[in-house]
Amino acid sequence: MSAHATTEHAYIPGEIAKPNTGWIWKTFWVLVIITAVEFAIAFAMTSPGLRTFRNSIFIVLTILKAFFIVGEFMHLKHETKSLIWTILIPTALLVWLVVALVTEGSSIGETLSHMFS
Amino acid sequence: MAHSTTLEPTAATTTYSDAPRTGTWDGGNEPFKASYGKLMMWFFLLSDAFTFGAFLTAYGMIRHKHGVFTGTADKFFFSTAHWPIPEKVFNGFPGLHGMDLPLAFVALMTMILIFSSVTMVLAVEAGHRMDKADVQKWLLWTILFGAMFLSSQAWEWTHFIGGDEKGTLMADGSRMFGANLAVNQYGPPLFADLFFFITGFHGTHVFSGVCLLVWCFIATTNGTFEKRGHYEMVEKIGLYWHFVDLVWVFVFTFFYLV
Repeated sequence: MSAHATTEHAYIPGEIAKPNTGWIWKTFWVLVIITAVEFAIAFAMTSPGLRTFRNSIFIVLTILKAFFIVGEFMHLKHETKSLIWTILIPTALLVWLVVALVTEGSSIGETLSHMFS
Repeated sequence: MAHSTTLEPTAATTTYSDAPRTGTWDGGNEPFKASYGKLMMWFFLLSDAFTFGAFLTAYGMIRHKHGVFTGTADKFFFSTAHWPIPEKVFNGFPGLHGMDLPLAFVALMTMILIFSSVTMVLAVEAGHRMDKADVQKWLLWTILFGAMFLSSQAWEWTHFIGGDEKGTLMADGSRMFGANLAVNQYGPPLFADLFFFITGFHGTHVFSGVCLLVWCFIATTNGTFEKRGHYEMVEKIGLYWHFVDLVWVFVFTFFYLV
């Protein structure tokens, strides 16, 4: 499908094909259902003890949603392997950045709270 | 340099074939099988992902630096000593004043943006079929949903800046209502700052997207893409638009849910 844009073809009126939108609506429902599940969890799991577990579920579901948006809507799943890796490898570095700085933040917070005790 | 200065073919090059090399990376090829424009859009979006990644990383770090409210949600109160629970801050809905509707409005905004992503991809699909009328129809729907999202954002900001009647008693004895960049009724000052910067930066992206879509609609109507023989511009703007939706998915999780 990615080849469509590069293929030059003269426009001939009246040769409009039937829409093929099944996969679009399927992706739509996947996104809606994941969002609904996120809301259900936000209100069902309110216990402070379950916070870390709850947040892990949120992060997994968010990445799943990202997979469907980038893979299907942005069509990356159907591009060449080299393009997929070109996008994914730099993005994966962000995960490291987040983990590193969140840890750093916790450490700063802890240091500050113990400073005067 | 002891050897001869004349250019004699070496043993290795004498066996060199004149046949052109046709490997994927030998040139004259499109190794990514994507057009220049689409590839550059991908690289721009990658750099933009780093910008938003920096914002969300800063959010994570600052949030973890601050204290956490340890009690249950119903005992929660606003204080600069701990980070606010998002559902206690974002619980308003237009026209339903004073009611506690946690995250209801942001759920609506999320749905609007997912819908706009669907209508965008439908416009791209119509472009592949060279169906001008369909491209116009779906672009208009996308513009409508984009504008709806921006209006919702405006309401959300107004509500956040205005605050509620109760406000929060500050250390100097005054009562603070709503939020500004220096102080707010919800918690640490940085909470409001991050809200303004992250949702503001995302909103600016949506606004740029709507402008691009309006231009794209005009060009479609004028037959620019039809004459060009392809609707690749719709695809490129589509990539940008989905990226904005993608960013919202992350903002939604890390700002409103976690």
